[in-house]
Amino acid sequence: MKFVDEFRDPRLIKQASDEIRRLVDPSRHYRIMEVCGGHTHAIYRFALADLLPANIELVHGPGCPVCVLPMGRIDEGLSLVERHHVIFTTFGDVMRVPGRHGSPLEHQARGAQIRMVYSPLDALRLAQEHPDRQIVFFAIGFETTAPSTALTLRRARELAIGNFSVFSNHVTIVPAIRAILDSPDMRLDAFIGPGHVSTVIGARPYGFIAHDHRKPVVIAGFEPLDLLQSIVMILRQLRDGRSEVENQYNRTVPWDGNLPALRALADVFELRPYFEWRGLGFISQSALKLRPEYAMWDAEARFEMPGIAVTDPKAAQCGEVLKGVLKPHQCKLFARECTPELPVGALMVSSEGACAAYFNYVHRRAGAAAS
Amino acid sequence: MCLAIPGQIVELAPGGHLATVEVSKVRRTINVDLLEPPAAPGEWVLIHVGFAMSRISADEATEQLRLLAMLGEDAQAMAELDGYRFGDDTRGKPS
Amino acid sequence: MATLTVPGTSTFRDAQIDMAHGAGGKASRRLVEGLIVPHLMADAVGPLNDAAYLSMGDAGLALTTDSFVVRPLRFPGGSIGDLAVNGTVNDLAVAGAAPLALLCSLIVEAGTPTEILRAEVAAMGAAARRAGVRIVGGDTKVVEHGKADGLYITTTGIGRRDSRATLSAGSVRPGDRILVTGCIGDHGITVLLARGDIDLAASLKSDTRSVYPFANALIEAVGSSLRWMRDPTRGGLATTLNELARDCELGITLEEEAVPVRDEVRGACELLGLDPLHIANEGQLVAIVSADATEEALAALRRVPGGESAAIVGRVDASPPRTVVAVASYGGTRVVDMLVGDPLPRIC
Repeated sequence: MKFVDEFRDPRLIKQASDEIRRLVDPSRHYRIMEVCGGHTHAIYRFALADLLPANIELVHGPGCPVCVLPMGRIDEGLSLVERHHVIFTTFGDVMRVPGRHGSPLEHQARGAQIRMVYSPLDALRLAQEHPDRQIVFFAIGFETTAPSTALTLRRARELAIGNFSVFSNHVTIVPAIRAILDSPDMRLDAFIGPGHVSTVIGARPYGFIAHDHRKPVVIAGFEPLDLLQSIVMILRQLRDGRSEVENQYNRTVPWDGNLPALRALADVFELRPYFEWRGLGFISQSALKLRPEYAMWDAEARFEMPGIAVTDPKAAQCGEVLKGVLKPHQCKLFARECTPELPVGALMVSSEGACAAYFNYVHRRAGAAAS
Repeated sequence: MCLAIPGQIVELAPGGHLATVEVSKVRRTINVDLLEPPAAPGEWVLIHVGFAMSRISADEATEQLRLLAMLGEDAQAMAELDGYRFGDDTRGKPS
Repeated sequence: MATLTVPGTSTFRDAQIDMAHGAGGKASRRLVEGLIVPHLMADAVGPLNDAAYLSMGDAGLALTTDSFVVRPLRFPGGSIGDLAVNGTVNDLAVAGAAPLALLCSLIVEAGTPTEILRAEVAAMGAAARRAGVRIVGGDTKVVEHGKADGLYITTTGIGRRDSRATLSAGSVRPGDRILVTGCIGDHGITVLLARGDIDLAASLKSDTRSVYPFANALIEAVGSSLRWMRDPTRGGLATTLNELARDCELGITLEEEAVPVRDEVRGACELLGLDPLHIANEGQLVAIVSADATEEALAALRRVPGGESAAIVGRVDASPPRTVVAVASYGGTRVVDMLVGDPLPRIC
């Protein structure tokens, strides 16, 4: 596959890995956070930790939109099915996330009208095909995915499709990074910046990390060579005492971002004053809701929502894992009460979640599980 | 974030909003409204949830791979230099 | 496999049965081991196989049954009728038995056009002829509209065990090699695309076929050097190998790049965020062969028509026990787990 296979070249991977070993200061312990859940998944899937020296620690950040979704939002979305007989549509990632009374998949097994879609446009098409039913699209994702929802809403408005609405759980990445940097438990040396969010927002928004917090940021692609090269670039900055934003993924990330996408976002969405993030608490100006002009397509405006707040079980340490304070296996429930088959928190469900990735790719090899 | 895959545009649908992309012999219809200037057949784009998010530059990719290949060459050059030092502890040690 | 529980004691704790329990992965295994076996097969010992071994005098027999549920009923490369015949023939074949005869039971939804039933019965007849097996009886029931997705088929098969084959998970040893008969993932992706829920087009077809020629070729070529076989259906190659790892308590190392996958399957999996190792196959078998017989086994598979893509994909190791690990070309390793529920596409 073009633009994929070349970045998995074993010879180049070895060279990059050797360069990393040459660049590290053996007396130093490096803590590098990859913000984005897609990077967490890639790190485990490609076993990149095997290629790094022991004094480089990769810390998993909160950039998994499913993981940071509070359970109450799932329940609210599912309540629409019971109370208002809507057809609930969402991505595959959400289907197994546990709500108080089961995941969307479990609700579907009990006969609830829940459909998995591959694009918000699929949900809109469903609304056109079933004019007698209300279709709700349960939207998740950071700035990578929000523009697609925005364009879909524009289309719904253009075509005056009255039986379609969006329940928006879109969140923005910069406030999450700020929350990490402002957190007293964190001590990080550098960031691997989100690759696909950056195709929309560009590189400029990360300037505060480099200039105010004096930590290098390298925006990275998702193949093994992308991540290794980004670590090389980070190590060079640290060695030289620089702190800059660099774009390793420049074959597709534009420095200034994607103008049509940013326009669509501004058109359709506005920032909520605050939003609750699992593990990080309430963060102001961190999530997107539909503008008043789009109220007709806003599920939260159209339907009466019960406002369900659900706290995680006390023993679940999702928040600490999300912030990178704990590694997945350090949570008390890991591999005991909480497994990919019977998950307690979303970090064990989402394929980007640190816990699922760790369990699936690492933990079983340790032989500790006799599942 | 998330899953976005490189694909090549094979044809544009009339109307300008949709295009067919090919990824490893699989074809999918995607929306190209986020691309400015408008998409053209033959271009490589990044696909996410049925939308083209950005173009992929073959030139930048090639350049990047060239830089990665050079990492090895730099190391070899350094090793050779090490070999020429006299009266030095590092001589003969692996780089 | 761990010893079974006291007769009649069910350890299955789920409050209801969900789709995951039928997906062929961990949940299915929990249901079978925790609920069904304790009640029905409490005095059985050893691992659960797809086929049961019985003896009648000197004759060794294999007996197996399977139900077929698929939507849509027809797809490129075949239909439910093909799956129903080939699936049971294959379970007998991988048990080291020559398929003799099948019984078939049909559950038809009221309102199904006769043409659909005719087409499936014809498909079953044709598949049985191709596989060299006779359908000797069966049953038909009709259920109310809305209850059967059109058609469910159950087939039960009986076969004569080949005395040259001594197959068991217990005979697998470190150093043994793993072979597959061809490309994986074709069937599952074909059916997924045939449902029409997603706008993907690819020229793919189901691989449904009898694998008896392959099983027979292996037994003839290497005899007792063939340790174990299975057909990697629901849950894919990953699930089948995980079951083996668990049953023989050894480790399995897969070489990622050696596993044959068509470009189209790879492309579809990349687009959807799926792993080809978890995708169902209906015309392949996995075989474990001793190291010294590997080349001969591979040659035998490749000589069978349709076996051109047969490949050696990995080996058995002493550790890590009960675990399947995949190694990439640059040396990175990852654990490949059993499927949890149905493979769900992802966007993240």
